[in-house]
Amino acid sequence: MGLQAYLIVSAILFGIGMFGFLARRNAILMLISIELMLNAVNLSLVAFNAYDYNSPNDAGAIFALLVMAVAAAEATVGLALVIAIIRTRQTPEVDEYSDLKE
Amino acid sequence: MMVCFGSLAGMYALLGAPIVAAAQVLIYLGAISVLILFAIMLTQAGDANLPSPFHRQVWAAALVALVAVGLIGWAVTATDWGNSTVILGIVLNTMAAALFNAYALPFEVLSLLLLAAIIGAIYLARRPEDDEKAN
Repeated sequence: MGLQAYLIVSAILFGIGMFGFLARRNAILMLISIELMLNAVNLSLVAFNAYDYNSPNDAGAIFALLVMAVAAAEATVGLALVIAIIRTRQTPEVDEYSDLKE
Repeated sequence: MMVCFGSLAGMYALLGAPIVAAAQVLIYLGAISVLILFAIMLTQAGDANLPSPFHRQVWAAALVALVAVGLIGWAVTATDWGNSTVILGIVLNTMAAALFNAYALPFEVLSLLLLAAIIGAIYLARRPEDDEKAN
C-alpha cells in the first residue's frame, strides 16, 4: 500500500466529517464531525511523514500529536459549551440558537 | 465513531508511528469517546417526536462534501508521489529530541492552551446556583 491509499482514506474521512458538520442539526454530532475531520488531517500528516525520504525528521508525527492535544482541548471546551447551552435552551438543535439574529 | 478511531490507531501503527497510535487510543478511544458519551447521555431527553436529524441544507452539504472529496482525490491521484512502498518508522529517541528542541515552543504553547481549556471547562461546567451560594 502506498501513500495514495492513505491519502484517499484521509480524504474520504474528511468528506464524511464535512458532510456531518454541514448537514447535522445536533450540536454534539457536529462536534463529533469536527473530531472526524481533525482525525483525517492527522492521518494524512502521519502518512506524509512515513513516506517522506528527503527530510528524515519526525515532524509529521509531532504535528499529529500536537493536533491531538488541541483536539482534546477543543472537545472539552466545546462539549462544556454545548451542555451549558442545552441546559438553558433545552434543545440540542443548532437551528434554535438564533438569539443573536433577532 | 469508536470503531473509526480504533482503526485509525491501527493505521498509525501500520505507518510506523506506534507512539501516535498509542496516543490515539489513549486520547480518542479513552478520553474523547467517553466525554462524548457523557454529553449524549446528559442531553438526550428521550422525546419521541424527533425531527429529521438532518438540516434542510442536507443536499447542498452532500454536494459540497462530494466536491471536496473529488478535488482532494483528483489532486492525490494526479500527483506523482513516487512508487516506493517502504515506510520510514519513527525512532522514538530522535522524535523526543526533536519535540524538545526544535518544537519546544509549540509544546509549551500547547501546555498553556490545555491549562486554558481546563479552566474554561471548569468555568462553563459550574452551575449558576453555586455562584449564588459562593456569594
